Amino acid sequence: MLRDEDRIFRNLYGAGDWRLAGARSRGAWDDTKSLLDRGPDAIVDEIKKSDLRGRGGAGFPTGLKWSFMPKQSDGRPSYLVVNADESEPGTCKDRDILRYDPHVLLEGCLVAGFAMRTRACYIYIRGEFFNEASNLQQAIDEAYAAGLLGKNACGSGYDYDVYLHRGAGAYICGEETALLESLEGKKGQPRLKPPFPAAVGLYGCPTTVNNVETIAVAPTILRRGADWWLKIGRPKNTGTKIFCISGHVNKPCNVEEAMGIPLKELIETYAGGVRGGWDNLLAVIPGGSSVPMLPRSICDTILMDFDSLREVKSGLGTAAVIVMDKSTDLIAAIARLSHFYMHESCGQCTPCREGTGWMWRVMERMVKGNATIPEIDVLEEVTREVEGHTICALGDAAAWPIQGLIRHFRPELERRIEAYRQRPQAAE
Amino acid sequence: MPKLTIDGQAIEVPGGITVLQACEMAGVEIPRFCYHERLSVAGNCRMCLVEMEKSPKPIASCAMPVAEGMVIKTDTPMVAKARRGVMEFLLINHPLDCPICDQGGECDLQDQAVAYGFDRSRFHENKRAVPDKDFGPLIKTSMTRCIHCTRCIRFSAEIAGVEELGATGRGEHLEIGTYVQKAISSELSGNLIDICPVGALLSKPYAFSARPWELVKTESIDVLDAVGSAIRVDSRGREVMRVLPRLNDEINEEWIADKTRFACDGLKRQRLDRPYVRVDGKLQPASWPEAFDAIASRLHGVAGNRIAAIAGDLADLESMLALKELATGLGSANLECRQDGAAIDATTRAGYIFNTTIQGIERADLCLLIGTNPRWEAPLINARLRKRFVTGGLRVAAVGGTPDLTFPVEALGGGPDTLREIAEGRHPFAERLKAAKNPMLILGQGAIARTDGAAVLALARQIADSCGLIREGWNGFNMLHSAAARVGGLDLGFLPGAGGRDLKAILEAAEQGAIDVVYLLGADEFPVSRLGKAFAIYQGHHGDAGAHRADVILPGAAYTEKNGTYVNTEGRVQQAKRAIFPPGEAREDWAILRALSERLGKPLPYDSLEQLRKRLFELKPHFAVLDDLQPAAWGAFGKAGATDAAPFRLPIENYYMTDPISRASETMAACSAAFVATDARKTGTHG
Repeated sequence: MLRDEDRIFRNLYGAGDWRLAGARSRGAWDDTKSLLDRGPDAIVDEIKKSDLRGRGGAGFPTGLKWSFMPKQSDGRPSYLVVNADESEPGTCKDRDILRYDPHVLLEGCLVAGFAMRTRACYIYIRGEFFNEASNLQQAIDEAYAAGLLGKNACGSGYDYDVYLHRGAGAYICGEETALLESLEGKKGQPRLKPPFPAAVGLYGCPTTVNNVETIAVAPTILRRGADWWLKIGRPKNTGTKIFCISGHVNKPCNVEEAMGIPLKELIETYAGGVRGGWDNLLAVIPGGSSVPMLPRSICDTILMDFDSLREVKSGLGTAAVIVMDKSTDLIAAIARLSHFYMHESCGQCTPCREGTGWMWRVMERMVKGNATIPEIDVLEEVTREVEGHTICALGDAAAWPIQGLIRHFRPELERRIEAYRQRPQAAE
Repeated sequence: MPKLTIDGQAIEVPGGITVLQACEMAGVEIPRFCYHERLSVAGNCRMCLVEMEKSPKPIASCAMPVAEGMVIKTDTPMVAKARRGVMEFLLINHPLDCPICDQGGECDLQDQAVAYGFDRSRFHENKRAVPDKDFGPLIKTSMTRCIHCTRCIRFSAEIAGVEELGATGRGEHLEIGTYVQKAISSELSGNLIDICPVGALLSKPYAFSARPWELVKTESIDVLDAVGSAIRVDSRGREVMRVLPRLNDEINEEWIADKTRFACDGLKRQRLDRPYVRVDGKLQPASWPEAFDAIASRLHGVAGNRIAAIAGDLADLESMLALKELATGLGSANLECRQDGAAIDATTRAGYIFNTTIQGIERADLCLLIGTNPRWEAPLINARLRKRFVTGGLRVAAVGGTPDLTFPVEALGGGPDTLREIAEGRHPFAERLKAAKNPMLILGQGAIARTDGAAVLALARQIADSCGLIREGWNGFNMLHSAAARVGGLDLGFLPGAGGRDLKAILEAAEQGAIDVVYLLGADEFPVSRLGKAFAIYQGHHGDAGAHRADVILPGAAYTEKNGTYVNTEGRVQQAKRAIFPPGEAREDWAILRALSERLGKPLPYDSLEQLRKRLFELKPHFAVLDDLQPAAWGAFGKAGATDAAPFRLPIENYYMTDPISRASETMAACSAAFVATDARKTGTHG
């Protein structure tokens, strides 16, 4: 269990003051100048050494990503963009950072932005996060007033601006290139890669897009050192992570814990256990709606980190743990997710535009059982035709939940179909 | 030059191209829908997925730049599966109504479904239906068939320069449209039909009228403007069904203008299909001999200098030569091919052609427009200017009218006074011309078809000389014509001979009774009412202004009905090919003149088109060099003099109605109503 002194987000529950004074009392903005004085390369090296992996879902090594940014400008400015468009179903970690600890994020923006030699930072916040945007803007204003941001930020001699931009409520705008399009005022549709944002990003300039949590943890890693961070968690899956536990648990919550904590321990320690006891557990979606679900048998022993979950063909994603007990109609649950992905597909590329609707329609019939057994295979094949064939990862995200369902609960699907066939026919 | 391996074959390709292009160079076909080599890359159809070594997922070959050492495979199970999957997705919501779809037989989706698709559907849900859009009189939509490749959006935004199309909605509700319903206001809109890979955007006038495999395809050139676009005339029986573009990178790339494409229904209406002779003030049907007799008897005893001949805008070289030699044989020097009265000086060829060439525009960096609206006079030249603006930052300024050309145009002034300031270096623009790397000017007919035309022409030449438009390997002086016959007529010298009269003088003489007979070779664009009491012979294909005034009508052939040679505004000699036969008793024009010359006792010395062309080539050897350009030597032209302060008038008032064919076209009439006439009338409150 993570020791309290190792926690980074000490106001995760909003008990304390979220404003500058409160944040300072918890250690934020503490001699940030000395962090910057280390110089950009030292900061990137320290982050590299810490093995920090992106907290937005894909788990790409952050230090490596930062090192892709140009060290010498070719005349274009560079930008840092913070992805605060948190919309993944089940995920609500960034939201609590934004509203209860915005200064932790802002300090991260300055440090990370400085390390990547960026001119400014844009925080793209989900449109529905009204109060969060309000708090964050107030925090930005406070930071400017206190000289922490803006001209000569923190007395470092470095000018840095942070801008807040509110989205308009499209899930796809959380995809990094769609986010950039949206930020530029265009329709939020993912861009083709290559070129990657580090070469051609916001307004055609080198850009790094990072998740809120990734940026927010950076200053603490620098302060306490990569070695401290490496001691938490497991190799290559280091440090602390905010887990969002929801669904059929007694006390749904967000909690910052060490990477690699056993799922069972996570649920029982922090969320008050599964409703009706661990034996009442049916399945868990371990990382937000996009990753395949795990049946109870795997949940008993699985560790919550990127590599462990990948081994069981799922993923850590955003670490949003969705717990489903035996009262759950799993097929209906996945059908609902399919509807979500159909609704949120941007429609740009063929497999996702056409496939998400097809999958949802078949899933709706599967809920009733109004299908045939071979159709389960067709459905599986359709998910494979979408997966990996799209411009962005939304196609994959739409395919995986269904694949998880079929992989672990195919008998349930077959039972449903059989029951539908055997249903009493209405008198003619 | 990166080296890569494609399906086991090592190939070296130029850097900066995409994997798809490299595959094509290696002779490997990659299916695609959204990719179009003249448009930006969208990468959204996902049909072109190929396997790349070290990439866990297949890559979109249209969007992936080549890199050294890439190993590409296009024949693996992974690629086959990806293509089959994409094909299946494209077809699930496609109506599969090929039997009633005009695209059937020339549909990318159909062809590729056969090559890469399943043979049956696994989709058992309801298909999506999308409401059709009204894109105006030219484009018929069937949006349910749309596969969202966005080629149309990219074409209209990038090539046509009208940002009117876009995609609204998200996911499977994505729809292509204009959002607020409107007709696509571009002179290039017909090309949307060609680039649409499926039957979503179709030709409205051509709807349900033919199948591609029953059409006879004739490769020809267009004569409805002076660009000379490469076209393919699709005909069935004695009817031209449609006109499509052909590829010619030097002229029209693969686009054509809407008039070129859609005016072909005008070929079926208002046609002169038999000779007529005016008897007692009314035109009466006649036989060929009767018509010739009427001409012969009227010409009997008329002195040569009382005869005039005017060649129209659609006349081919062959008939102009025949008419010129016939008139000369009759002793007349009153020849004129400049119906608009443009003061063109034909002594120096470089003074009346588009010297920079259309392709040469892509090297220009500064352009001065003088009394011209290229968007209407030559939409494809305008498209090139836009292309250069988009890709090379061409700056454009104009003297005399700045209509919306789809790129920014700086207004310098209205008339000759501004030109004089530039020519004399008193205008700041002169310095910019001098400083430019490849400056050009385009002189439109609006600037020289006026009384001070010769002086304006001289001013333009002075600008070319004084501002360095003429350099080693670069000639930036361009005259933009709007009539297909014009450069040919000038080359041929269909102009007043020694002591002959020009248009103004002919009309004045006719009004005063000093000219007795006027021969109109398809000439409809001058004030025919000013012919006075002169006996008018009209040879042409449409019952337009000239025919109404005529005393004898000799029915000729339109450009799709004869083998004719034309010279475009660049001075490029091209041949149009006969696609169908002229209607009724109408004949090819040179043959009519040959027959008439026989009847008049002055037989022309050729009995076949080959002989006539031989004569043509003897007179002007450059006519024998087809499709190629010969640079013209720079020289003196124009006549310096006083100019009028009046601003230049743009030569075309209605793009859709510029010649007898387009005036007879119902489609063009609908376009006029939709695009030209509406602005003044619509207030938003009427109706």
